[in-house]
Amino acid sequence: MTSALNPKYSFDTFVVGAANRLAVTAGRTVTANPGTAYNPLFIYSGSGLGKTHLLMAIGHAAKKVAPALNIEYLTLDEYVEAFHAAIAAGQGDVFRRRFQNVDVLLVDDVQFLTNRKEMQSELLRLTEALQTAGRQMVLTSDRPPAEIGDLDERLISRLSGGLVVDIGVPDYETRVAILRRKADERGAKFERGVLETVAGAEFGNVRELMGALNRLVAFQAVNDASINAETAKQLLGLSVPAGAGVAAGAAAAVRGAGGAGGAGGGAGGDESGAFLAHVTVTVGKAVEAWRARVAEAMLRWEGEGYRTQRLEALLKQDAPAAVDEAIADFAQDVERLKELEAEVAQLDPQAAGQSVFRDPERLGEAEEAAAKVRGGAAPPPGPSAAFPLAAFAVGPSNQVAVSAVQAVLEHPGKKYNPLVLVGKSGHGKTHLLHAIGLELAHKRRAVVACLSTQAFIDELIAAIDGNRVDWWRARYRRATALLLDDIHLIAGKERTQEELFNLFNLLQDKERQLVFTAPAAPNTLQGIEERIVSRLEGGLVAELKEPDRDVKRAVLERMLGLQKVTPEPALIDYLADRPADSVRTLMGAVQRVVGAAAAQDVPVTAGLAREVLEGSAPRDARRSTGLRTSGIVVSSLGGVKSREKMVWDWTDPADRVIEEFR
Amino acid sequence: MSLVNFTTREITCKIVYYGPGRSGKTTNLHYIYGRVPDSRRGRMVSLATQTDRTLFFDFLPIDLGQISGFATRFQLYTVPGQVYYNATRRLVLQGADGVVFVADSQARQLDENLESLQNLQGNLLEHGVDIRTVALVMQYNKQDLPRELILSAADLDDALNFRAVPSFGADALHGHGVFETLKGISELVLKKLAAGSPA
Repeated sequence: MTSALNPKYSFDTFVVGAANRLAVTAGRTVTANPGTAYNPLFIYSGSGLGKTHLLMAIGHAAKKVAPALNIEYLTLDEYVEAFHAAIAAGQGDVFRRRFQNVDVLLVDDVQFLTNRKEMQSELLRLTEALQTAGRQMVLTSDRPPAEIGDLDERLISRLSGGLVVDIGVPDYETRVAILRRKADERGAKFERGVLETVAGAEFGNVRELMGALNRLVAFQAVNDASINAETAKQLLGLSVPAGAGVAAGAAAAVRGAGGAGGAGGGAGGDESGAFLAHVTVTVGKAVEAWRARVAEAMLRWEGEGYRTQRLEALLKQDAPAAVDEAIADFAQDVERLKELEAEVAQLDPQAAGQSVFRDPERLGEAEEAAAKVRGGAAPPPGPSAAFPLAAFAVGPSNQVAVSAVQAVLEHPGKKYNPLVLVGKSGHGKTHLLHAIGLELAHKRRAVVACLSTQAFIDELIAAIDGNRVDWWRARYRRATALLLDDIHLIAGKERTQEELFNLFNLLQDKERQLVFTAPAAPNTLQGIEERIVSRLEGGLVAELKEPDRDVKRAVLERMLGLQKVTPEPALIDYLADRPADSVRTLMGAVQRVVGAAAAQDVPVTAGLAREVLEGSAPRDARRSTGLRTSGIVVSSLGGVKSREKMVWDWTDPADRVIEEFR
Repeated sequence: MSLVNFTTREITCKIVYYGPGRSGKTTNLHYIYGRVPDSRRGRMVSLATQTDRTLFFDFLPIDLGQISGFATRFQLYTVPGQVYYNATRRLVLQGADGVVFVADSQARQLDENLESLQNLQGNLLEHGVDIRTVALVMQYNKQDLPRELILSAADLDDALNFRAVPSFGADALHGHGVFETLKGISELVLKKLAAGSPA
């Protein structure tokens, strides 16, 4: 059913030039490593430029490298025919199995897939099966996949997924080389200049070029006389038009004179042809030599999956110095990357997949990454140094939580495990969490994972996406403590809950400390599985309450100290007595006061703070009204606002009731 | 001007035919125009006076097609030879990759040749180019004239070719030596490509 490989079509008989060098190199790479280098390899070119030749050459070469390989060459039409025959015989499965067992499948002329929906889906299935099994596909077409009419999007992306290369029209040098080789093969001898003349004629493809050569061979055989360039030109109808229009009359005179004095009309064409040949050789020598070396190096390393921007940059230069050294350096870097990757693969198979090991420009990073893996694999994200325990203000409102933390730090993993810190936003949960992390990280051999739950979820998603969940799990299983901020965010994230559940059990069994934060007690959180809630409740749930006066004073002193403001006691008292539902609100107020002071260039005082925070008019404005006031300001809203008479701290209602009874 | 553009894969060589008035620069271009196949040449732009003296300059683009994957073009220019068109000459010289100095072989034109050569040197200097670094060949035109009227190529070499650049005897009217000259200059120009990269 399928065509045999034509023995005439091998790499040895394929003339390589600039226009097809890429395709040939890619083809050779594929034969050396079928199924791994470029899969599928898609070659396209106009008719008669060597697609079929190259396809068969790949087949031959692959057979030579590994004779045991099952290699099949066929045109798409043959494939379709085989399929229809199999379906007619009710043997569709046999057909599929047959092609799925081919090691190297060579399909010619796939452009005929247009308007063949059932064949497209069949080929799609086959492509997927072969790729999964690591078997090589090479396809040819007269146009790139995306331009094949009416082709299934999925098939386009599959076919373009490997390497798509084109074969261009051969340049003059290549045409001469092809003609010489073909003439040799036929045992035909030509006078000097004949083949060059034919090559100079720019046939659209090699087949036409062969046709021209055949005519000359036939003519010579029939007449038993060798022909010269001039005769060849006449035979092929290539003669230079004699009366080409020239604008200036002088030019006509010149040409006429040239024709009379020169060696005849044909000599002129030869002159320009010879000039062209001469320039071609010179350019070829100067340009293509180093360029080809760079391009081949690029192709090689890209084929092995390395990034080659450095070489690309080289190509963009006009005349780079020391090309060979640059290529050698690049190769050396790649070798080093390979060593590192192999080393890392031993320690942590997942880490070896990192892109740094594929980019010679990031060799430094790769070295670091390798060092990290050597030193016990990349650790999970740790606590932020911005939240030291010493800076955490302690007061009655958070005393319980802080004592629990102290106990945890004394006996990590043993006393309160897990510890769940509960409190509203701005009450210091995150600070305390990172503070615990920092303290725990001081211990020997500690690997503290301390991150927000959102980051934890994002990492898991990335790991699932990158197909390295195992690595992700291993990373967290190494942790000696796991601290997650805002645990309520796992609500509804089933996979994360599943992973956390397993991780939780594992770490708890090994007596490793777990700390979580949440805005409310775990059993009040929605969307979290019961098994996790019960585990969270199983340790200690400590609440951080609204900051009390002591906490606020401590925070204020620290903040003002940081702002380089000498705090006057009145200011601290005033600010600490202001209602603030969270430390964050308090910090905001301080920022406003300090900012206003800086803007007005006045010292930070209680008076200024009052002005800024209570929104009373600035002093100047008040003075300009010229009114004497009792200090009681009747606001436009009708309420009484007095700076002195406002009561900031109401006593507990219960206390007030007792007061009244007295 | 970049001779080789790797991004667009183009090679463009600008070659200027320089020399005294009536030495045969335009004739060189006409001969080339007549010999290059239609498909390869662009329109020759020639601005000539009634008496066929070049008024501004001649321009002949030649497209050599894809060479080693590079779209290769030659742009041939001539300058007006007469002394009073120096501004035009300087303009045309700008960005030249190579210069063909077309000398008139007639003995009585020797001074004009020398003057034009000095003018070339001066104009190149105006563009910041040292004549010693530019790709330059000499063409001794009108070698077909009677022996007694002209100086031999060897004599002219002695008189004009101080730097021993490649020189060609020529008869531009009949085409002798025209393409040899073009080959000579293109080789020099293209060698510049090689200079930058280790071969």
